[in-house]
Amino acid sequence: MPQLDDLDLRLVRATQAGLPLVPRPYELIGASIGLSGEQVRERLQSLLARGIIRRIGAVPNHYRMGFTANGMSVWDVDDGRVDALGERIGQLPGVSHCYRRPRHLPQWRYNLFAMLHGRTREEVMRESREIAQILGNACSAHDVLFSTEILKKTGLRLPGD
Amino acid sequence: MLSADDLTLVAALHGGFPLSDRPYAEAATRLGCSEDVLIERLQRLLAHGDLTRFGPLFQIERAGGRFVLAAMAVPEARFSEVAQLLRDMPEIAHNYRRESALPATTTDIPLNMWFVIAVGSAQEVPRVVERIEQASALTVFQFPKEQEYFVELRLPLTEPHHATAR
Repeated sequence: MPQLDDLDLRLVRATQAGLPLVPRPYELIGASIGLSGEQVRERLQSLLARGIIRRIGAVPNHYRMGFTANGMSVWDVDDGRVDALGERIGQLPGVSHCYRRPRHLPQWRYNLFAMLHGRTREEVMRESREIAQILGNACSAHDVLFSTEILKKTGLRLPGD
Repeated sequence: MLSADDLTLVAALHGGFPLSDRPYAEAATRLGCSEDVLIERLQRLLAHGDLTRFGPLFQIERAGGRFVLAAMAVPEARFSEVAQLLRDMPEIAHNYRRESALPATTTDIPLNMWFVIAVGSAQEVPRVVERIEQASALTVFQFPKEQEYFVELRLPLTEPHHATAR
């Protein structure tokens, strides 16, 4: 497991909200955490190589792209078949995340989570019907939870210190 | 909605932003515009909320950090109070009210508040959960990832083929 040193953590905190929109952004970031622009670039390069940074670029707002409906579809899938089926569900267009997660019986029976995106709720429900067909009799129950209110959205960030 | 030009720009800048001294100038050359124009367009896209961010996308779990999905069943009368509690905690990233698309089959309160605990190390998760449970007197159900399935997101963003640096 690659670990972050103190300077890396400061670099994460200084860049996770975005790069400054100035001609020399890395230099400006470096100035705020005591590094040169070149040192910032080298550290970012290393974080990229280690997979700690997935990519550097534009993060589009799906809502503004017209994908205003998002539904968390959840499925109670046979434990022996869930991994093979999960891989197939992840390939479907419109699925942005797909995970196996623990059940909490009796309150929560679902172990497969697939986040669905569409322009309308109906589109999301269509995607969910497609998944139901693929899962077939391996799935004994499912639900789709729509987000009806954003209560907090700060992005996935480490708390600052 | 975005113009076709903006969509092309967003797709072209999906990843691979240069790690050079003048990265905007370098990216602008590839896009056939000037550094000033590129910076201005990004400013506008961010200001309008078309982009949520421009910069590195971290997978902090690769470095020992943890993002844990969690949920609570919150009575309607206490909903805003509990939402405020989570809003005030820096360890909580997203929080959404979620409602089932299917008719209810029981009278129990469903898991209706879904949030993400984001911390620098795994050991911090139980501490955060305990704090929420004590302050709210509600149970926090944790849904850590047990297995991540490969996802190929193909939302039609008119994504050019060269633009998908991962």
